[in-house]
Amino acid sequence: MLSFTYFFPLWEITLEAPQYPEGLGLEIWINQMQGQHPGDLNKINNLNHYIGMKTIKPESIPELKIMPWVMRGVMLLGLLVAATGRRSWLTFWLLIFIAVAAAGLVDFYLWGYDYGHNLDTEHAIIKVPGMSYQPPVIGAKKLLNFRAISLPGIGGWIAIGSFTIGLLVWLWEMRRQRKPATNAA
Amino acid sequence: MNAYRSIIITSSALLLLMLATFVGCSKKQEVGGVGDAPAKVYVAPGTYDEFYAFMSGGFSGQVSVYGLPSGRLFRVIPVFGQDPEKAYGYSEETKPLLNTTHGFIPWDDAHHPQLSVTDGQTDGRWLFINGNNTPRIARIDLTTFETVETIEIPNSGGNHGSPYLTPNTEYVVASTRFSVPIPQKDVPISSYKENFKGTISYIKVDSATGRMNLAFQILVPGINYDLSRAGKGPSYGWSFFSSYNSEQANTQLEVNASQNDKDFIAAVNWKLAEELVAQGKGEQWPASYYHNYMDAADVGKSEVMSGVRVLNAKEHPGLVYYLPTPKSPHGCDVDPSGEYIVAGGKLAALIPVHSFSKLQRAIANKDFDGEYDGIPILKYESVIAGEVKEPGLGPLHTEFDGLGYGYTSMFLSSEIVKWKIGTWEVVDRIPTYYSIGHLMIPGGDTKQPYGKYVVALNKITKDRYLPTGPELTQSAQLIDITGDKMKLLLDFPTIGEPHYAQACPATLIKDKSKRWYPIEENHNPYAIKAEGDARVERDGKTVHVYMSTIRTHFAPDNIEGVKVGDKVYFHVTNLEQDWDVPHGFSVMGSTNSELLILPGQTRTILWEPKQAGVIPFYCTDFCSALHQEMQGWIRVSS
Ligand SMILES: [Cu+2]
Repeated sequence: MLSFTYFFPLWEITLEAPQYPEGLGLEIWINQMQGQHPGDLNKINNLNHYIGMKTIKPESIPELKIMPWVMRGVMLLGLLVAATGRRSWLTFWLLIFIAVAAAGLVDFYLWGYDYGHNLDTEHAIIKVPGMSYQPPVIGAKKLLNFRAISLPGIGGWIAIGSFTIGLLVWLWEMRRQRKPATNAA
Repeated sequence: MNAYRSIIITSSALLLLMLATFVGCSKKQEVGGVGDAPAKVYVAPGTYDEFYAFMSGGFSGQVSVYGLPSGRLFRVIPVFGQDPEKAYGYSEETKPLLNTTHGFIPWDDAHHPQLSVTDGQTDGRWLFINGNNTPRIARIDLTTFETVETIEIPNSGGNHGSPYLTPNTEYVVASTRFSVPIPQKDVPISSYKENFKGTISYIKVDSATGRMNLAFQILVPGINYDLSRAGKGPSYGWSFFSSYNSEQANTQLEVNASQNDKDFIAAVNWKLAEELVAQGKGEQWPASYYHNYMDAADVGKSEVMSGVRVLNAKEHPGLVYYLPTPKSPHGCDVDPSGEYIVAGGKLAALIPVHSFSKLQRAIANKDFDGEYDGIPILKYESVIAGEVKEPGLGPLHTEFDGLGYGYTSMFLSSEIVKWKIGTWEVVDRIPTYYSIGHLMIPGGDTKQPYGKYVVALNKITKDRYLPTGPELTQSAQLIDITGDKMKLLLDFPTIGEPHYAQACPATLIKDKSKRWYPIEENHNPYAIKAEGDARVERDGKTVHVYMSTIRTHFAPDNIEGVKVGDKVYFHVTNLEQDWDVPHGFSVMGSTNSELLILPGQTRTILWEPKQAGVIPFYCTDFCSALHQEMQGWIRVSS
């Protein structure tokens, strides 16, 4: 199931502004970053240069190279766990999953922080007191004339789904193990 | 002769009197915007019109694009005229489109827009339009609304009956308005009858690319060829051309070309012509003409073509027939079924309708009424299907609603008359303001008209709008034809002369509209793909500035090392890849125009500094909050 995360974006940042009735946004895939529509990345970079933000170059984001390996690891482990069918292994897998997800979100936050704060001061033309250009990790936030909305993409939901199934299995296993215990008592 | 002349003068005076009376009283009959008309033309903010209407700019040489039913103007597409707003005809890339054998001609008289068709129905791919004055045809790409090709017509003295299309856009036609010596030579004008000829040209259109190519010409008797329509359905393979001056007069045509009671509609079997050419018939004549087009790099190219295959109509029986048609016919229209050919006579008091099946029978039976300069004339009684009696004065053009009715414009009596196909009876009429020429029903010349509206294209407006001095706007009027009675909904002013127009549902074009040019597909030889490639290069006395634009700066924005007397080419590439974000470029003292560079495009302007100093340049298209800061300087040394 997790292998589907290769075919859908994990996370999506949508930008809304009156001048973009046709929509504008970024999709973060497991191994790439791209616009929601053709040309979006170019448009976002053009807008960003204007306020001193860095250019987003997908090929130079190291996470996009590491992530597929991490995901493959999680998948392999998941298969192994399924093969063994042992609860302790499942616990271990779930913990790893949480750790990977947490690391991912922290990394995403840090990337957003750097992206939104680390401005080329010579180019940071529009300054609004108390406002950084950091996109939200999850949820919506007003960035200048844009409303930035950050939410999991289909891939992200699949990952969450996989985790939930894992968790349900884990809970069910726990109950099943507990039941014979009560019966014995 | 004198008796004739006085009759004509008297009757013309009578017509004018009637026109004056009509205009005088009709004003009281109609008060604009009555009933539910406002609701019928109201297109709420943020919503779209149902139809695109493409109107000729007449003597402006351009095409204007309006929405229907709102009558809102969206765009003026420059075709045969330079347009400083868009640098069309000023930029080095687009200048070649205006090249002719007479030199660079940044003007023409554009009359008949024609939307491309597939199986006799509008397909929304291209728009063709004629240049009357210096015979030319242009093609506009409807994904970009830009002129992408022009072709000159050799052996022609004025390209009026053009560019009427065959049902699958196989050919666009071009017929001579003014007959002239062909090939041209120095002869007395009074030798018209011996020396003057006409041609009808068939220009092949490549079905994939739209590219035009002059396939062959038919040499025809020296009279004036006016308008044309191609047959469809049963009459597929034929084209029909109205003609006048069968008198072959060469002076005072006003009187001398109005003597004969009947002129002709020429019926041309273009399928046969195609076969004859395939068999190698006809002669290769010397001819020189320009073919200009935007190439794969979006740069205009001019090619001088030579030679053309000419079929002499009188040497090929079956190629051309004349249908006698009352008094100086003007319009020539074919109904949706393809069976009826409707003529409009400027001076006629009835509308003659020819039948294609009768025409075929008459040809088979050799029902001829002699011949005209070697071309067989068919008997009027043998080909006529019916006559619309007492339709009004000066019937010109007819379009169809697809429900069995024809709508004919009446120039002298300033009205549109609706009549029934088959019974030929007039069922309704409505005044127009004033002097209507063409009229247009969306798809009204196709196999399946969309109906809904008829648009009157009026030559004069007099008291319809606020006065603007002696020169007043010309206008279009939108009339509802969904009910039994035609109803005037809206007046709107137009650019130049709204000579003819065509319209199609917006859905045929809207979703195919290009939003920007992908920068990776920009093959202009002077394009730069990134700001880092911006540079200045000198080549003798020529300086090439490879410049980029992006919100909100030029690169380079400080240029030094230019000298008085240099030729400076600014090659400006717009690096934006965003919808509706063009940039402009202009430099002080420029003797041509600004540049308008669409996203992903490269456009070049030539600037020749005349004096030393530091000269500013700036962006002319308001592009962002820092648009005013989008500027730079070029230093000129002596
Ligand atoms: Cu600009």
